[in-house]
Amino acid sequence: MGNNLQKAAEIIQEKYNGEINSFRDQITLLLSKDSIVEVCQILRDDFSFGVLVDETVVDYWRRKEPRFQIVYQLHSRQHDERIFLRTPVSDDDPFTSSVVSIYPNANWYEREIWDLFGIRFEGHPDLRRILLPKGYQGHPLRKDVPIKVEETRFTFNNDELARGKPLAKE
Amino acid sequence: MGLEEKAGNLGFVTTTLENVVNWSRTRAMWPLLSGLACCAIEMMAAQSAHYDMSRFGMELMRASPRQSDLLIVAGRVTNKMAPVLRRLYDQMPAPKWVLSMGDCASNGGVFNNYAIIQGVDEVLPVDVYVAGCPPRPEALIHGILVLYDKVQQEGITEWA
Repeated sequence: MGNNLQKAAEIIQEKYNGEINSFRDQITLLLSKDSIVEVCQILRDDFSFGVLVDETVVDYWRRKEPRFQIVYQLHSRQHDERIFLRTPVSDDDPFTSSVVSIYPNANWYEREIWDLFGIRFEGHPDLRRILLPKGYQGHPLRKDVPIKVEETRFTFNNDELARGKPLAKE
Repeated sequence: MGLEEKAGNLGFVTTTLENVVNWSRTRAMWPLLSGLACCAIEMMAAQSAHYDMSRFGMELMRASPRQSDLLIVAGRVTNKMAPVLRRLYDQMPAPKWVLSMGDCASNGGVFNNYAIIQGVDEVLPVDVYVAGCPPRPEALIHGILVLYDKVQQEGITEWA
């Protein structure tokens, strides 16, 4: 494990009361969502974590409380080190702070998270859907959204289900 | 017992208008150059030298809907793509036909989820469904020949 990474993790843990999880030299910091912007700022400016590789979210529905965890993957090209940040976000009124001001490429990642999971990002310059069509209702990658949209048709129920299906006109 | 038998060999044949128009339509039916997913690979294979769809009058795929007669829906149709596909269909001049190629286009296939339309017949009037995941080029060509049979049966009152 690199010196830079070790030092960064220790300072963040001390200053922002983060929880360090280390697994096979891979460091994950669990932080509260209020401190994420400041932590990103420090990691970028003082520890040269200049690249936001990915920003995504995990839905721990019925498995963990709070329900969502936003995952940031940072990379330092100078030291060839990676650090992972996680911030829990609760289910009722899910929102967190945007890191677009620090990593501009977070713009589309955060739009994608909003689109598919419905987590708002305070301070995002242009928070609208990115993948799904305009006017789509709901956020379909949440675990409580049903997977199937239509009953599977077999021989015994084909006629019944086909009757309710709308067909296009010329 | 046609006219030519009574009058001898005058160098012409008699037929019905429906027959000759439908014949001409089936012998030069140009598909729209549109592929949505992996079925498009099989469609390209059907076009190329080994299977050679041009034997059946499909000399070339037209890239413009204004010049094409047949829309082969090759692949799964997403909710986002459906309006685009419908627009392409509306831009095609009549007479026009739609062939739904593969399971995904016909009924959603394995993609029973929020992103995929469960059958392209919800947005387009489909003439022929070809089953398979993906259908082999022979199956596509068979579907096209079935469509030709259907076109050949069309009466003058059904013409667009």
